[in-house]
Amino acid sequence: MRMKRVAAVAAAATLALGLAACGGDDADEGTGSGSKSFAAGSTMEKLNKAQKIKIGTKFDQPGFGQKGLSGKPEGFDVEVAKLIVKELGIPADKIEYVETPSKVREDVIVNGTVDLVAATYTINDKRKERIAFAGPYYEAGQNILVKKDDATITGPDSFKDGTKKVCSVTGSTPAEEIKKYVKDVGTQLVLFDTYDKCRDALKGGQVDAVTTDNVILLGYIAKDESSFKLAGENFTKEPYGIGVKKEDNDFRNFVNDTLEKAFNDGSWKKAWDDTAGKFGAELGTAPTVNRY
Amino acid sequence: MSVLIDKFDVFAGGFWLTLQICVLAAVGALILGAVLAVLRISPVPPLRAVGTAYVNIFRNMPLTVVMFFAAFGLPALGSNADFLRIPVLDSLFTRLGTDLPYFRFALIALVLYTAAFVCEALRSGVNAVPPGQAEAARSLGLTFGQNLRHVVLPQSWKASVVPLGSVIIAMIKNSALVGFFGVVGDLSQSADQLTSAEGYAFIPVAIGISIGYLIMTVPLGALLDRLEKRQAVAR
Repeated sequence: MRMKRVAAVAAAATLALGLAACGGDDADEGTGSGSKSFAAGSTMEKLNKAQKIKIGTKFDQPGFGQKGLSGKPEGFDVEVAKLIVKELGIPADKIEYVETPSKVREDVIVNGTVDLVAATYTINDKRKERIAFAGPYYEAGQNILVKKDDATITGPDSFKDGTKKVCSVTGSTPAEEIKKYVKDVGTQLVLFDTYDKCRDALKGGQVDAVTTDNVILLGYIAKDESSFKLAGENFTKEPYGIGVKKEDNDFRNFVNDTLEKAFNDGSWKKAWDDTAGKFGAELGTAPTVNRY
Repeated sequence: MSVLIDKFDVFAGGFWLTLQICVLAAVGALILGAVLAVLRISPVPPLRAVGTAYVNIFRNMPLTVVMFFAAFGLPALGSNADFLRIPVLDSLFTRLGTDLPYFRFALIALVLYTAAFVCEALRSGVNAVPPGQAEAARSLGLTFGQNLRHVVLPQSWKASVVPLGSVIIAMIKNSALVGFFGVVGDLSQSADQLTSAEGYAFIPVAIGISIGYLIMTVPLGALLDRLEKRQAVAR
């Protein structure tokens, strides 16, 4: 299987080289095989020669990666990934998007199903054991969504007395975080597979609050301002990073360089304004890339 | 595979919650299923129609849909299934009595769905009893209830115990769905938890929860084999 793919990549590369040799001038500006020079044998060189890339993102995350009528996912994660792809000298229409829900993100990187993952992917140490993170390219923070008329929940500490019930999504970082504040998980915490179900439970009164990253909650407020509000300030920092193969330091450095460039030349800000920024979420200043 | 040892408490907790919901759902489904089976074989046509309609609806609907109706339909109707907060039971099965209704919703869905299959398993057992038996009992002057209790059901039990066991085993496996409808901490939801939040590889975790389900289903299957052998002797 692996050999086959290597062979296929090699064949595609040869073919592309041949094509580039006969008519290099009809390629897009700055894209095409050999349009950028990378160190021999690096992931960047391989991708550039293959002229295609597989990107893992979410298909159901408003503002970050949501598949719409166009058939392709749209959002901030997708735009950031496009910035990287452009830097690799690959045209955006050669990107193959692979849906990567939270629970498969490490697996698709380790197995080589995708070349990189940009999927509201919080950088943490547990995940660093299996994969590597470039970035962060955005710093979200956990917050709490409550009904507009609710004055009893003011922050995560409101869950400590064991009466208020809260909803989040199975296996997410916010769900883990809120467990620190909840007195009894069995009676206070509800987990679903999507935030839409949490919102319905909040509307129906089965739970008193929904907690996750502020940007996601702002998406719900934007849709239904008369029903919901945020309770208090962000109480965590969730740096979103780009997941790449653990041992591939060159590629990680390349992505980090690309992100830093995008922070400085305004393309990062534009990506935000076109996508998640529409919900009224603050972008803030560019985060510092962490080259661990 | 170290996850099986490192996170043993998570697997054990998940096993315990799944066991709780399975025991409660099995009891509920057996009771409701028996009532439905009586309806379906009763001599009163409207009662038969009710039983048949129930079985046709719940046996032919996907369990996921039933779960959706329970978890999101009941709240829309303004019910938190508080009638299931049965005083003594809820101290034994603590999730039954909490303010969070999702354990009760899941239980209702499992019971409603499984009862249709229990009903059919019981009815097939009744059909296996030669009609002459019931006719003889009737000619002796036994009422419908007496006939069932003393003549038909004791014999039908032998024919229906094995299919009933299969229904319960299927129900235990079906309970893996509850984790997707707001029940936190059962076996399948624990797996989700370990793989997506804590980043463990999927295969070892899947093996871990499979062991959990097998601990429940394999002994049940073995018990059924024994019962079947005994029946063979009794004949």
